[in-house]
Amino acid sequence: MARSLKKGPYIDEKLLEKIEAMNDRGEKKVVKTWARRSTIAPEFVGHTIAIHNGHKFIPVYISENMVGHKLGEFAHTRIFRSHGGKKAKETKRKD
Amino acid sequence: MARIAGVDIPNNKRLDVALTYIYGIGFTSSKRIIEAVGIDPSIKVHELTDADISRLRQEIDANYTVEGSLRAERAGNIKRLIEIGSYRGMRHKIGLPVRGQRTRTNARTRKGPKRTVGLGKKKVGKKG
Repeated sequence: MARSLKKGPYIDEKLLEKIEAMNDRGEKKVVKTWARRSTIAPEFVGHTIAIHNGHKFIPVYISENMVGHKLGEFAHTRIFRSHGGKKAKETKRKD
Repeated sequence: MARIAGVDIPNNKRLDVALTYIYGIGFTSSKRIIEAVGIDPSIKVHELTDADISRLRQEIDANYTVEGSLRAERAGNIKRLIEIGSYRGMRHKIGLPVRGQRTRTNARTRKGPKRTVGLGKKKVGKKG
């Protein structure tokens, strides 16, 4: 079910704080975050955010098209290495 | 024979049904269009006057996205998801369900006809 419009989008407050501070100072640094559930706010555009995928941080450059999606949508949590054959078994445990 | 919204030539069916032959117009929007134009929905298409047809055409052109432009819009939406590298885009690309449905069984609409892997097919052959 979609989130109630009354509440507005959920944006991780600490992340937004950090990014706004960076916007004020005009710097661009990679921010690490675990907040996969956070919606991407317009303020995020142009920054690179390192999103945790449960294993490591995936750097994602936020473009204008991504606003309104969740951060987690861009850091995939599963690796699919195709079914069957010897090759699949060999590559299974990499990464 | 009437030509509405480009290529569509609905035949001698009731008007409200005939309009649903246009991609992007279902029964509900068909009824809405007819009401807005003010024609009897139960008459057949071949009974329409040219004036009726042009009014229908105007109504659809002005207020509805149909046919090619609708298809382009839908394809564009999917393309956007793929381009931004989102999870949903990835699911579209590999042809699996996009909205978190199970794939252990079912999901045949997205995955297409069953492909048996490995021993599955051989066993059937031996038995028979």
